[in-house]
Amino acid sequence: MVGMSVPRKEGRDKVTGRAQYIDDITLPGMLYGATVRSTIPRGKINKITFGPEIPWDEFVIASAKDIPGKNCVALISDDQPCLAESIVNHPEEPILLLAHPNRHLLPQAVESVNIEYDPLPSLFTIDESERQTQIIWGSDNVFKRHLIEKGDVDSIWQQAAYIVEGEYTTGAQEQLYIENNGMIAGFDPDHGITVWGSLQCPYYVHKAIMKLCNLPEKKVRVVQTETGGAFGGKEDYPSMIAAHAALLAIKSGKPVKIIYDRMEDMVATTKRHPSRTRHRTAVDRDGKILGGEIDFTIDGGAYATLSSVVLSRGTIHAGGPYYWPNIRIRAKAVATNAPPHGAFRGFGAPQSLFAMERHMDRIAATVGISPVEVRRRNFLKCGQTTTTDQTIREPIDLNPLLDRGLALADYRAKKALFAKENQIATHKKGVGIATFLHGAGFTGSGERYLASIVGVEGCADGKVRVLVSSTEFGQGTKTVLPQIAAETLGVLYQDVELAQADTLQVPNSGPTVASRTVMVVGKLVQSAAHGLRQTLIASNLLQPEHSPEQFRSACAKYIAQHGELKSWARYEAPPGIFWDDEKYRGEAYAAYAWAVYIAEVSVDLATYSVAVDDLVALQEVGKVLHPVLARGQITGGVAQGIGYALYEKVVWQNGRMQNGQMTNYIMPTSADLPPIRVYFEELGNEHGAFGAKGIGELPMDGPAPAIVNAIADALGVPFNSIPLLPEDIFQTLTRTQPQYAPPAPQGVR
Amino acid sequence: MTAPRTQCEISFTVNGEPRTVHAYPMERLLDVLRHHLGLTGAKEGCGEGECGSCSVLMDGALVNSCLVPVLQAQGTVITTIEGIGGASHLHRVQQTILDCGGAQCGICTPGIIMAACHLLSKEPQPTAEQIKEGLSGNLCRCTGYAQICEAIAEAARETTR
Repeated sequence: MVGMSVPRKEGRDKVTGRAQYIDDITLPGMLYGATVRSTIPRGKINKITFGPEIPWDEFVIASAKDIPGKNCVALISDDQPCLAESIVNHPEEPILLLAHPNRHLLPQAVESVNIEYDPLPSLFTIDESERQTQIIWGSDNVFKRHLIEKGDVDSIWQQAAYIVEGEYTTGAQEQLYIENNGMIAGFDPDHGITVWGSLQCPYYVHKAIMKLCNLPEKKVRVVQTETGGAFGGKEDYPSMIAAHAALLAIKSGKPVKIIYDRMEDMVATTKRHPSRTRHRTAVDRDGKILGGEIDFTIDGGAYATLSSVVLSRGTIHAGGPYYWPNIRIRAKAVATNAPPHGAFRGFGAPQSLFAMERHMDRIAATVGISPVEVRRRNFLKCGQTTTTDQTIREPIDLNPLLDRGLALADYRAKKALFAKENQIATHKKGVGIATFLHGAGFTGSGERYLASIVGVEGCADGKVRVLVSSTEFGQGTKTVLPQIAAETLGVLYQDVELAQADTLQVPNSGPTVASRTVMVVGKLVQSAAHGLRQTLIASNLLQPEHSPEQFRSACAKYIAQHGELKSWARYEAPPGIFWDDEKYRGEAYAAYAWAVYIAEVSVDLATYSVAVDDLVALQEVGKVLHPVLARGQITGGVAQGIGYALYEKVVWQNGRMQNGQMTNYIMPTSADLPPIRVYFEELGNEHGAFGAKGIGELPMDGPAPAIVNAIADALGVPFNSIPLLPEDIFQTLTRTQPQYAPPAPQGVR
Repeated sequence: MTAPRTQCEISFTVNGEPRTVHAYPMERLLDVLRHHLGLTGAKEGCGEGECGSCSVLMDGALVNSCLVPVLQAQGTVITTIEGIGGASHLHRVQQTILDCGGAQCGICTPGIIMAACHLLSKEPQPTAEQIKEGLSGNLCRCTGYAQICEAIAEAARETTR
């Protein structure tokens, strides 16, 4: 069963349009909620007045004063208010909530609330935040710092044949799930608050509502409805929307639905952190890395939210899949007056890996060796240590992986061909490589602290339910976890279902993030399923060799006798996996997936637009549990990576996104994408279910550096920032390479 | 208020059945389908005709129902995803989307299937380029489109068997 492409559990509902997303659900007597937000980046709220044209007595209005508990969105630190009281720290910060039975009346009501401010000076970029002309967060505008020290970096510069320096930047990126955020909350004094909605992490919302409303665990219930894409974008912000809906529900005594429209979703909710990475690397005559310094900085926006952990993953991935005998990585997340940046597939790694992979090509160019050779000479090998002193015990050898990637892409032949053709072509072609790794599961001691619990339950009809808070939002959670349970139990796939992610029914198996569901939660499902089977065998109801029918009958008998059949498993850190929080070193991840991506591009010198003509995505993922879903994850991630590299530019003005529409924030369409050729290698993984590693985030890391390396190869000019739009290429080319200036009109094809 | 005060009576055929609704003339067809008729298969992704999640067929033409004032639908024949096939009798495109992994989160899927059905009705044996072109009005953030395109090609092949 594992390794087979069984049908997606909720697939029929999705293709027939019957799947119920939050906006498809209407409760009796339900009101619609809307959010009044700040229009300035930073300032004191002076006065709030309500315009005369609105019958305000028909509206339910909630402010910070209506919060029964603490005014915060509880997450890591509790610095983000649910509703601003006296100060706003970014545009689009929630201040007031309105609800009305007629949703058509809400937009004008929101417009009719007038808020007067005393503006305060604001900071909008990493550089401005670092200069500390204003202190907008803490004592120094820094949410979090990490420092990695390995070996003795200060001693290496003398021995270096070359010292290679570079600065690389990445922009914000919108998750752009097609289903906008939305929540419904209901309240009654006996049962407390129930929230239904589009979300990734039921227990994050649960924790936030408990704190906000000062309610005990049992009086808050969070239920995930069908979720139309998330990609990290529904990791933390749903807690905010749930909190708003809950406040209006408490105040009105009626269920309240809040659905964002596209623009509100884009301008007010989280995006990928913009970043700046500086590399200074000492290399020997042959291009071998002696050591280096990396300065990695991300823009966290106005509140801490998830920035410290995004920073951590980015910091640990900053050295790429290479061996660094000596390294110092200084990393920090800084505050600016933009809406907080948050989780997006890859979670810091795409930023620092973009820098690393561009820098490898720069090292190659400096030393005079090929991009292939510079990577070969520095690949991390089994038995060597990572930047955090984690010894690689997986039997990974990146050289054959790279060889296979080069063969699949026909790399050498293309390089030779393009070098020749580019001399006269008006479409310059190039090929670029990215080699990288991605750690699966929570970073560092995260999994130990989470201590996830999963359950597997036998039912009276002999069928089985998997009890986890892990959510389905397209990746295939509802399919793969039952596949794992069915394989372990020796039952039919159709006899196993995933229970709805409802905090009343399922234990906390942790958030659905960090490429952890199949590897970490899947392993626990395997373990709990094994326990359930052992229980039946120990009760003499089941023989070790059994048919699915015999299992069903044994299960039904056990329940008839004992009333209930449940088996639980709790995460325990495997031996040899230890992370030292204080020293910030140790086993950062129990397993890494490894990858070689190769992009082929052509750049049109009349329009400066880039077409990706081919993309080979080769990765070692432990074990492929479901080939169709696994390929879908990689293809979809690569498409987002192509968008990140070439199309998706967030235009900022005074901390506010100016292009919050699908019309002017451009993601790839079917017509924009190359053949995305996906290949897997499977080396197994003792820490994952049936040998699986996490793959969800991996494909986000490679496309951008591979593509930009390919563009640099095509044009012979380095580009160090993404997104890289035609106008950026035009500017760089005309500035640095006069021969690339636009041809005279008669020369245009 | 943007919503006008007087409603009008609109009659049209939806999924083969004659329907009459009372709605504001400029109300979006999407809202009428979802709120008045309870047909929630068409989704709102952007509200401005970019994403195609609200795609339906109107007199055989593929339209973004978020851009159609319901007044324009007077007397037309509308087909939504609910009229394409149900759980017990999937349309071949629905089946191949399932088999090929063309649906992930599923929010764009109804619109994609409407676009695919429209394409196959005009072009029963589309080329790979025609499939890409036929889907270029529908955004999907999950799949990278490859498995959707394969599903449509597969559905086209099945009709020739």
